[in-house]
Amino acid sequence: MSKKPEKLIDKKGLRLDGRKPGELRSIEIEVGVLPNADGSAYIRQGKNKILAAVYGPRELHPKHLALPDRTVLRCRYHMAPFSVQERKSPAPSRRDIELSKVIREALEPSVFLEYYPRTGIDIYIEVLEADGGTRCASITAASLALADAGIPMQDLVVACAAGKVDDTIVLDLMDTEDKVGEADVPVALMPNLNAITLLQMDGILSLEEFEKAVNLALEGCRKIYPMQKEALKAKYVNVKEVEE
Amino acid sequence: MSSVIVRLKRKQIAQLIAKGKRLDGRGLTDYRETKVEQGVIESAEGSARVLLGKTEVLVGTKIEAGKPFPDTPNEGVLTVNAELVPLASPTFEPGPPDENSIELARVVDRGIRESKTIDFGSLCIEPGKKVFVVFVDVYVLNYDGNLIDASALAALAALLNTKMFNYEIEEDKVKIKPGYTPLPLTKHPIAVTFAKINDKLVVDPGLEEEQTMDARLTMTFDDEGNICAIQKGGTGYFTPKQVLEAAKIAKEKAEEIRKKLKW
Repeated sequence: MSKKPEKLIDKKGLRLDGRKPGELRSIEIEVGVLPNADGSAYIRQGKNKILAAVYGPRELHPKHLALPDRTVLRCRYHMAPFSVQERKSPAPSRRDIELSKVIREALEPSVFLEYYPRTGIDIYIEVLEADGGTRCASITAASLALADAGIPMQDLVVACAAGKVDDTIVLDLMDTEDKVGEADVPVALMPNLNAITLLQMDGILSLEEFEKAVNLALEGCRKIYPMQKEALKAKYVNVKEVEE
Repeated sequence: MSSVIVRLKRKQIAQLIAKGKRLDGRGLTDYRETKVEQGVIESAEGSARVLLGKTEVLVGTKIEAGKPFPDTPNEGVLTVNAELVPLASPTFEPGPPDENSIELARVVDRGIRESKTIDFGSLCIEPGKKVFVVFVDVYVLNYDGNLIDASALAALAALLNTKMFNYEIEEDKVKIKPGYTPLPLTKHPIAVTFAKINDKLVVDPGLEEEQTMDARLTMTFDDEGNICAIQKGGTGYFTPKQVLEAAKIAKEKAEEIRKKLKW
């Protein structure tokens, strides 16, 4: 176990990794990284490294789960055993099952489910390295994987967390801030519709602090959104023309 | 089958809500009749039965000696589990807990844990080696919507009713002595759940409202009016304005419900 730091914000108002309270970690996003998947994306946000893949629309198994009027979206959030300090069992934990559910519900409002009746779309998320805020980074990547698979959507879904550490509202918490800090508020947004598709919180916040945290998280989402679009475009801009 | 009927009813439910009314005659921010009964199971350390309209939840607590988590060697442990027992609804099936029961347990757990309801420091027997583990088992007996609020309320009522046995340590073993003391509680978190139907928020959704809702939002408040847990569910979305509106209503509602409990 790493030791708990005394202070999460120093005298200059900077955080453990030197960031200002309202600053995001560095983010790298790449689309179309897995050749076998219908759509895929990779995101590195700080030390988080996450792969997301989409298979489908395809025949749904078991077949009795299929719906006559829409596709069935399924999602598996999974952490690699080596993604955290102490080895995590590869069997799905209760946390993994809850996160799979909330991530699916965060992405579902964006997808035109009724376009593909009687089929299934599977989203697989593998966290290769985790450092706080993996559910948000997973949503950002999984939404791109859906877009990469050519699935019609209302908007991309982008997610970011805000929280409270050392009495300050901060953006994009890393693991230590999440564990030692006072509160964590992950938010997912469809920016063009101003629609919040994921909202969770743990910790203690007053109403005013909560409002501040949500607004900061939304601001974070709107900063990541252009990076997401850029990454999606990059896959197609960089395609070389094949000579006849 | 039922989902077809509910789809037909959706229009009616939505039209009523647009007029500020609901199927069972409640206002948009009214709870159903809420009954709390404590101490209903003698074999449990604490127990409570909550009726929220026809939704019925039974919670029993057990306390056992166990190992602390390595990162909190001086603190007791809380374990919340929820069982959607098949006798409670035609949609519940026997088998290992599904995502709905895991989510229910984790939302109830978050409310109790994050608000620091239980004084975990006082549950340490021997630092790093032995602490008391508080098991909160949520048993849904009848499902008629809004399991989260009913379960959170029943869990709190059961904790308030929980007796800690007196003990002494003899040769590294915990020996139980006669007599009880109440479990040390410092906060009383209350969960308030909204359903969004046709862009309107309603409190304490009943079964049919839950089946037609676009999205669900639960906010848990402590005694000081601070938020200690939030969970959005369902396949729809909320606007930022709706979220803040919900938070204000939930704060008032939580205070109102807390008055129903005695401690």
